[in-house]
Order: sequence, then structure tokens, then C-alpha cells
Amino acid sequence: MRSRSRWLAAFRTPVGVISSILVLALIVVAIVAPSAFGHGASVDDLRQALRGPSAQHLLGTDALGRDLLDRVLVATRLSLIMAALATLIATVGGLLLGALPAVTGRRAGALIGAFINLTFAFPGLLLAMFLAIIFGLGEQGAVLAIGISGIPSIARLAQTLTASIASADYVTAARMLGVRRDKVITRHVLPNIAEPLVISVTLSLGSALLAFAALSFIGLGIQPPGYDLGELLNQGLPQISYDPAASLGPALTVVIAGAAFNLLGDAVARALGPTAVPAGRRRRSQGSAAPASPPVTSGNVLAVDDLTVAFPGPSGALTPVAGVSFALAPGEVVGIVGESGSGKSLTALGVSRLVDSPGVVSAGTLSFAGADLLTRNGPAVRALLGTSLSMVFQDPLSALNPAIKIGPQLAEVTRVHQGQPRKDALARAVDRLSAVRLPAPAKLARQYPHELSGGMRQRAVIAMGLMGAPKVIIADEPTTALDVTVQSQILDLLRTVQAQERAAILLISHDVAVVGQLCQRVLVMYAGRIVEDLPAAALAADAAHPYTRALVATVPDMTTDRDQPLATIAGRPPSPASLPPGCAFAPRCMFATEQCHTQRPALTSFGTRRRVACWHPQITEAAVPLAEGTVPG
Amino acid sequence: MTVTRVRIEGATVRYGTGRHAVTAVDCVDLDLQAGRCTGLVGESGSGKSTLARAVTGLTRLSGGQITVNGAPVRRPRRDVQLIFQDPYASLDPRRTVGQSVAEGLGPAAPRGRTARTDAIIRLLDQVSIEASTIGSYPSELSGGQRQRVALARALAAEPAVLVADEITSALDASVQGSILNLVRDLQRAWGFALLFISHNLAVVRYVSDTVTVMYCGQIVESGPTKEVLARPEHPYTRSLLQSIPSLSRLATEDLTDAASPVAIPAQVAVRTSQAATADPADPAAPPSGCRFHPRCAVGPLNRPDRTICLTSDPARDAASRRHHAACFFAAPEPGADAESPAHLGPARNS
Amino acid sequence: MIVRGGGAPAGLAPARRAAANPWVRFTVRRLTRFVVSLWILISAAWAIVHAIPGDPVRAALGLTAPQSLVDQERHALGLDQPLLTQYGHFLHGVVTGNLGTSLTYRLPVSQVISSRLPATAGIAGLAFIVVVIIAIPLGMIAGVLTRDDRHPRGELAFSGFSGILASIPQFVLAVGLVALFSVGLHLLPVAGQSGPSSYVLPVVSLAAGPAMLLARVIRVETMRVLHEDYMRTARAKRLPARLVYVRHALPNLLTSTLTVSGIVLSGLVAGTVLVEAVFAWPGMGTALVHSIIAKDYPLVQGFALVYGAAVLLINLIVDVLIAVVDPRSALKET
Repeated sequence: MRSRSRWLAAFRTPVGVISSILVLALIVVAIVAPSAFGHGASVDDLRQALRGPSAQHLLGTDALGRDLLDRVLVATRLSLIMAALATLIATVGGLLLGALPAVTGRRAGALIGAFINLTFAFPGLLLAMFLAIIFGLGEQGAVLAIGISGIPSIARLAQTLTASIASADYVTAARMLGVRRDKVITRHVLPNIAEPLVISVTLSLGSALLAFAALSFIGLGIQPPGYDLGELLNQGLPQISYDPAASLGPALTVVIAGAAFNLLGDAVARALGPTAVPAGRRRRSQGSAAPASPPVTSGNVLAVDDLTVAFPGPSGALTPVAGVSFALAPGEVVGIVGESGSGKSLTALGVSRLVDSPGVVSAGTLSFAGADLLTRNGPAVRALLGTSLSMVFQDPLSALNPAIKIGPQLAEVTRVHQGQPRKDALARAVDRLSAVRLPAPAKLARQYPHELSGGMRQRAVIAMGLMGAPKVIIADEPTTALDVTVQSQILDLLRTVQAQERAAILLISHDVAVVGQLCQRVLVMYAGRIVEDLPAAALAADAAHPYTRALVATVPDMTTDRDQPLATIAGRPPSPASLPPGCAFAPRCMFATEQCHTQRPALTSFGTRRRVACWHPQITEAAVPLAEGTVPG
Repeated sequence: MTVTRVRIEGATVRYGTGRHAVTAVDCVDLDLQAGRCTGLVGESGSGKSTLARAVTGLTRLSGGQITVNGAPVRRPRRDVQLIFQDPYASLDPRRTVGQSVAEGLGPAAPRGRTARTDAIIRLLDQVSIEASTIGSYPSELSGGQRQRVALARALAAEPAVLVADEITSALDASVQGSILNLVRDLQRAWGFALLFISHNLAVVRYVSDTVTVMYCGQIVESGPTKEVLARPEHPYTRSLLQSIPSLSRLATEDLTDAASPVAIPAQVAVRTSQAATADPADPAAPPSGCRFHPRCAVGPLNRPDRTICLTSDPARDAASRRHHAACFFAAPEPGADAESPAHLGPARNS
Repeated sequence: MIVRGGGAPAGLAPARRAAANPWVRFTVRRLTRFVVSLWILISAAWAIVHAIPGDPVRAALGLTAPQSLVDQERHALGLDQPLLTQYGHFLHGVVTGNLGTSLTYRLPVSQVISSRLPATAGIAGLAFIVVVIIAIPLGMIAGVLTRDDRHPRGELAFSGFSGILASIPQFVLAVGLVALFSVGLHLLPVAGQSGPSSYVLPVVSLAAGPAMLLARVIRVETMRVLHEDYMRTARAKRLPARLVYVRHALPNLLTSTLTVSGIVLSGLVAGTVLVEAVFAWPGMGTALVHSIIAKDYPLVQGFALVYGAAVLLINLIVDVLIAVVDPRSALKET
């Protein structure tokens, strides 16, 4: 069902429609042409020889007075049949050869693989020409030559696909369950390599068609009096100076036939490929219902009000981040915690103006170090952001450019933004590398990122953020890719940097404990919104939002009671495409009432240190609402 | 039902040959018992996943042996099952939930369409997956649901031994808890021996009866969970314990005094250029002697007189194995000893 | 004192130790592969004659030729000797440059090849330069402009135009160009090698398709690289767009560009045969076709060696260039 609808989708695209009509037309021509146009194509009429195009003979006639259009149509059949036969040979041969390494032993498999790679390096047409001398000129020889020359590319594809499926976890699971080898192949391997193979066979049908035309054109394929499109082109070429139609007719047909199969393959590949993204219309998102403003004080280094990040979706814009408001005081360490899809990383990117098109960021206020990031976007703001706002990302290996050495990668920051000479910037880079306690910084600066270990790379990324004078460090899951002991070192380093540079830190993490460990204040996000803003010390026992409480309870730590089942949260977070009208957490919340399902609670201040978006906040101690139910700001 | 016993004796797994050989698992001894959960913790390169594959027969041993009830494990067998880390890769995207679970049903399973469907539904029920999901494809399920289906498929083989390799690390926090509960319930109901592997000590602590700590291919400490975690003897175990961020500790400790548990003293960084990196040791180039010594707070880094750590490997030295810890200077009770590693750690002057 | 400076370093050791010898290992490995491939190629060229069903000499001379002539020819080709001896002679001939005498030209094969090689290499080389000059900027600009569904119309225009041009076979394009520019507009010569203007159409018809193919690959690769984390880091550093693309994106495109360039260049070599046929170009292609039709076995074998060696050499050069540009990926491979 699922895959059939995907196949259908392939034929609903414009390219799919056009290419399937073309292919169908070719097949119809191949079937009816010999009986319909065979007479004009084969009966000599020397009185009409070598005439140019006319109403009677649209493409003119050949040296024996035969109608060229008729001959082109009739030739299509032979071209198609031969292409189909050759593709059949290539596919069967390629599959057998490509699957062989999976069946034979390791050494034999490696040899076969090497052989496939060697033959793959040779252009198919070149192989076909040399095979033509072995198999002889003519129909049979050409089919064999082109068929065999097509084997390497199919074999290579089959080999790579088979190898990747054979190492998949589900095949390993089947092996452990004692599933027989032939069953593994029919159940798991074949169905999973079928789609790419079908695409590739369609494409090779097109290229086989062109290869026949080429071979016949140079006289190594079909021999007269037989004719296919290439042979017609060959016969037409000598007359090109006075009768171009004689060669352009077959040429155009070759192009159309080849393109039809290529386009069909493309259309199918696009519909089935993993990159298939439904095309959506871009639309600017409207601001959402007014949420609570943060307690904005003029001294904040970063202030965000009503931040929304929107992406075009198949049915209207999606807003994975909506109405987020918060502020960072100088030197303050704030965490954003949430599960995957909660919008925490996008919030970080939105704040730092790094959301790429087609994402659209809108906000009521977005100011950094006194500069309004919403309106200003000149070199001055770029320099300010480049030197005062540093970013640390999750995977330190992919965050560093593999093609540039560490030193120049760091030096770039001050060279571009402060016009520092190369030498001085490099010296600063070395100094910064030692500031993050990396050993032998001068030597390290001359190394490529892949020569460093994971923890060292993350230190280098942090050092990059220290090239200027950071006012805010945004760290997006900076320790998630690292080992526990390394994680604690990196958190330690962030803490030191914060103290030395007096920089504020915005730490984004899925790990409540990590956030709690480093931060003074924590923002909890759920389904794109901040649901609670509370002091880190209150996380463990004094969270007000039911989601925060559940999140903390569900993660075991070293004091969790082993005799009790872990707390769990039923259900799963809503997707940004189907957000409920009320509180997004209501369907999973044990305190939810009718109101929760219909009305979305605003982020409301309780006391001076806490904001909660909940109709039933679990306030335990002295935290009395500032003004219950009202929306400050 | 016979009481299953898995014995891992001197298990060694080596990849590659000659100078490029990497010993991923080095002479590991471990026992698994029916109805017991053995937790295995370690960082990247510790060899824990390689050991898991060796126990399931997917990886061949270069030395030592692994037996299940006396019979050596040489190839995959139905009574030893593995649950993978990534539930998105362990289910065939083109087969329905029912088809995937059916794959686990063995020759002893009932014949006939309805009988098999009933068996599948019973298995799905065991992992709290609704019967209506039987025709769904993995792409329609959440990560947690997929992991449940993978569990059901393994249960279908009625395993005597279940190896769970980082089964919650790809899941969200709110899902992890329910999978951990499920694994514990299943073990109680089915009575298989469970080898539970994770980098997360808190998770291992929650499910395991005994805990084994691996470092760079070797077991450095092993024992009942409560004892090992309450009184860790190996400095590496202690550093692991201290590295775990914890909310409950937060309430009692002052943040600014939190010391880094692994030795990264600046003054050492000047002398030994590698100390400050303090990343886990690379099994392709294991340090000499005790493999933890370049990072050890009680080792030669801070105590230059302890040269034995540079020359002898405590994991291979039976005499050093006091209290299940492969350390020449295993401290039974940190805190009681004034020279215990906790105090020798990198005193951050702040 | 710490005796051994903290023992074996954990993080740096493998990288540092490996840096010393991987180049040697890579060179040895790659050269071995080249030599083995060359040997397979030579053996395959030798085997062509023996793979022909029936008597190849009889097939070449026709059924009416007298038996004495066939025998004479068989002796001249050495086909009457034991197989192993023939193989030895062939290997010896390849090493010494003596590839036998062409049956049709009655000239040494090496002489026929050397007289025709420059014309073919000329158009293939020029076409490759044109391909690279067009494809890299075009692909990158298209990738930058059309990433993430920006400019959907521009994407359609680029995909459509390049897709159509790439799927027109070179010889068909050549016929079309001749019809338009030579026959229709009388701007360029119809055929033959005569001065710079005669190079235009062969080179354009050779280069157009591959250039579009390469541009398409580079566009996709550009979009992939633009999504990499390090590009986000570069943007987070607020570098000017020029630096982001040229310094951070371009070097990371080179590996895939080189790989595809190798395939494109090999394809160009094959394409010359057809394009030469259209333009009656005095290169190896026309002689190759002639030798296959005439069953001039020694010449066919010679051409098989030259074309095959060209492909192997291209692959070797591409692999070495990739290793230089991106040592990490090339040297790691086993």
C-alpha cells in the first residue's frame, strides 16, 4: 500500500507524466509502425530518390526513394527491442556478479569487487566497441556487446546495495533468529534493493538505446539492409549539407527516446528517494497569541520577545518555535531543556540569526548587546555578532571544517572582523587554544580537525568562540557526542570561561541533569514553546509545570529508588504539524482539565524568579502568583 | 526450566593483523545467570559493544571462550538474542510489525495463520503494543514503539540470554523510562539472563544486580551494583561516578566547588602534553602498564613513586585484584583514606 | 619524576604515528593496483583475437580466400604457435613497443597510433578543460541559489536545461551543431581538421553533455556541503558570503568533483570515437572503427591498449589528486 502510493506519486509529477507518455508512445510506435508504415519504409521508388522534405514525405526520402519518416518509425521497434534485450543481459549478469561477493568467501569477494571496479572504470561504449569485434557486427553481436558492457555498472550498484543491506541491524537480527540465508535474501535484501535497481534499470534502458544508436552510427552495429535509428543517422549524415532533415529526423528520435527513459528514471528516483521533500509554498507566519514578555531589564545582554520560527509545510506554515520570550543578564548561565522536536535548538539558531531559508524568523524584540538584530544587518552588526556571540555545536568533528587547519580556522574570526594581520591572528589563536587548556597549542594550530580527539575538538570550538570578546556563548548540546568523563571536563571548561570572560551562557541540552549542573536558570521547552522558566535549584524538587516534573522524574539518577518502577510520561509529543488548540502537553498530563484542551495557557510570572505556562501549576512553596491569570507585559 | 549460566572466560577479540591489530576486548572474565541482570558500563572504545557481539556469536573470539550452559558460542544461536541501539535500523522498513515479530517465531511455534497471528499478538501484548499495530510499518511508529517491537521479536525466540546494547541511548528521556521499566518487567516474567550495556551509569544502576566497568578493552571493576557504586575501588569507577551530572547532588553541593573528577591539572599539562586531553584511551594504542594511568588521580601522574602502574598491567595481575578492582592501589573506602583519589583530584583553586 | 612522560599518549598517538607511513602505503597500494590493472588490460587485449568464435583469420579474409593465404596470414600473426608462446610474444611486444603490423595499413601499429594520437588527445584535452571551466562555477552558483527550494523556477530552468543537454548523445549533438552552424549558418567547417575553427564544433559537442552532467553533480554536492555543520559554524562566525563559499565550501567539494571528473574524462575518451566519425576527424577513433570493420586484429589490439591505458591513467591521476586534496578519506581506505 505504502510503496504503491509512492510509486503513483512518481507518475503524478510533471516529469513523471511527460516521461511516461513518451515511453508509452514509443512502445505504441514500436508495435504498430512495421504494419502501418512498413510499405513506405521498405519499397523502393527510385523516381522519388533523395527528395527533400515535402508534404508527402515529411523527412524526405533516401537514395532508394523510401520515405524517411516511415523508416524512422519502423526503426524505433528494432532499437527498442535491442535495447530491452541488452538491458536484460546487463541486469541479469550484473545482479549475479554483484551478488557474488556476498555469497563467496571474503577473499574471493574482494577479488570480484576489485574486478567490478576495474571494469566499471571503462566507459561502456568503449567496451562495447571492442566486444563488437568478438561477437561480430550485426544485431546479435551488438546486443551481446552492449548487454555485456552494461554489466559492470549494474553489478557495482548491486554490490554496494547488497553490502549495505547485509550489514543492516535487521539482517543481523534475522541471522540471530536463525533465519535461513535464502530467506534473508528474499525477505530483506531483495525488497530493499529493488527500488534503486528499478531506477537504475530504467536509466540503463535509455543508455542502451543511445549506445545502439552510437554503435550503428559508426557502422559497428546493425548492418544494412537492416536498419535502426543509428544506422539511419549514419546513412543521412553524408547528405547533411543539402538535406539536413535526413539526419536530424533520426537524431531527434534518438534524443527523445533516450530522454524518455532517463526522465522516467529520474521521476521514479525523485519520488522514491530519501530526499523527496513535498514542495510547499512559502508563507510568512503570523505572530501568535500574545505571550508573556520576560522581565525585561535594560541591562540584559540578550533579549528575546515573541520569537517565532516558521517553515513552509505541505499544508501551510509550521512553527516549530512559537512565542518564545526570555532574556539573559550579563554573565548569567541559562539552560534550555527539552526533548527532540521541542524547538530548543531552533530557538538557539533563531536567536543568533542563523536560521537558513526557507525558515523564517520573526520576533517582537531581538536585541543583543544593545543592537537590534531584527532591523540591522550591516557589517557592523556582523562584526559585533562575530566577535561577541560565540556558538558551540553538538558534534565537534562536523562543526570544524575538515579542509582547514585549526589555527587558520580560529584566526579567521579576528582577521575578518578586526582586520588583524595574519600573524597576529594566528598568535591569538594559539593563545586561545592554550586558554582552553589544550596541550601543545602551537603544534595543534597546524593540525587538521580529524587529527584531534573528540574532547580536544570541542575545546578547539570553544577556543574559536574566545577569539573575540564573547558576551554570550550559545552552546547547543555541547557534550552530547562526548563521553561522560569528557563531558564533565567540557562543562567545567565552560564554567571557567564564563567566570574569566564574564560571558553569559545559553546552554541547550536534552539532559536535565547537565542543564541543572551548569545553569542558574532553566527554560523548559515543549512543542515549540517555553512551558516553564525556573531556577536550576528548583528543578529537582520544586518544578511547577507538570511536564517539568515528569521530565525530571522519568530520568533515573544515582539516587533513584531501584525497587519502584520509573515514572513515565504516556503518549508522545505532538508534531509541529498537528498542535492541539490548547496546552500541547494536555493529552499527556495527569492534571489536564477541559480548559487545558481548549485554551492555551500563557507564560505567567510567579514571583520574580519563575514563569509557568500552565492552568494548574503545581506550586508547592511560597511562590505566589504575581497577578494570577493575567498576562504581564 | 534449566538455570541458564553464561561463562565468559578470558574472552579476547582482536581486529586486524600485525601492527594494525586492535585488541577491542582483552581477556575478559564474566558470568551471567538466569534471572539476573549484569550491567556493563564503559565509554567509547571500552569494548563493551564488541563483547556484546561476541556473546551473541556475531563476532568470533580470538582467545578464551564463551559458553552457554557449557556449550561454546561460536555462531548466532536462537537462545541468545541482541537488542540494538538504533531502533530505526533494527527493523526492516519494508516489513510490517507482524512480519518482523513473526521472524522470531521458531520451529516450535504453532503452525497455521491464525495460531501464528495469536502468538504475535500475545508477544506484542507483552511489550504493550496494541494488536492493531500488527499491520503497521516501522515508519509509522515512534522510536520507543520500535524498540518495543524489537524486544517482542527477540522474545519470540524465547531467549535464555538477552543482550541489550545501549537500547535507550537513541530515545528521548521521557521514553527511556518506560523502556527500562519494560526490560525489568520482562526479565522478571521470562527469567532470561540479561546483559545490559550502557554508557549511562545511572541507567545501569537502575536495572542491574551486578555491575561491571570496562575501560579500554579490560574489566577494571566488577561486583554487586550496590557495593560497587557505594564503595567504588577503582579510580576509574570513581571518576565515572563523579562525572555523572545529577540534580539531587545539585541541591546539596555548591556549584563553584565542584571539582573535575578526572585529572586535568594545568601544572601537569605543562609537563606531560597529553594529560590535559584526558580522553578515554584508544584501544588501538593502549597505554603501557595500567591502561588508566595517564588519567588516574592516584597514579603516577600525582604520585611519581607509583611506577608499577607504568610497567605492570593490573588487569592481568591476579594479585592486584583485591575487591574485584584491577588496580594496584584500589582504595576500599574513599573518604576514609586521607590519600584517597577524591582528595588528590585536581584541586581547582576557586 | 615521571619516568615516561605519562606513558603512551592517548589521543594524539595514532594520528601522529600514522602520519609517517600512510603515504608510502597509499603509493605502494595504488601503484600495485595500477600495474595489476594494466596487466589485466594487456591480457584482455591479447585475448580479443582468441575470443572470436571460429577462425579469426578466415573471418577476416572471407570465405572465398584460398586456404594458402589464410595459413600464410595465420603464420604472420603467429596464431599457429602454442598459446603460451603467443602470450609471451605479445607481452614482450607490448614492453618493447612492437605491437605488430597493421593488416590494412601495412604499417607498424605503433606508427599508426602515434600518427593519430595527437588529434584525438587534442580534442579530448580541450573538451575536458571546457567542461571544468563551465561546470564548477555553474554547478556551485546553481547550488547556492537553489538550495532549500529557493528560486524554484531557477532550479527548474537549470535542471531542465542541463538534463536535456546531458542526455543528448555527443554524436547526435554533433550532427545538430553541424546542421546549424556549418550547413545552416556557414560559420564553421563541416568536417576535417583545418585550423582552429575546425576544433570548435568537435570540442563543443564533446564537452556540452559532460559539462552539464558535472555541473549537476556539483550542484547537488554544493547543497550537501552547505548543510554541513561546519558551514553553520562559518556562518556563526559571520564571515562574508564570499569567504563562506570559496574558503569553506569549495575545498570540501573537491573530492566528489574529482571523482566525477575522472568518470567524465573517461567518458570523453569514448566520446571522441563517435565525434571523430561525425567530423571525419583524423584521430584514433576513425582508425579504430575502420580496424574493427576490417578485422585488422593487430591494430584493434593496439587501440584497446591505448584507450584502456588512458582510462587507467586517468583513474590513477584522479586517485592521487584526491589523496592530495583530502588525505583523510583517501589514505584511510584499505
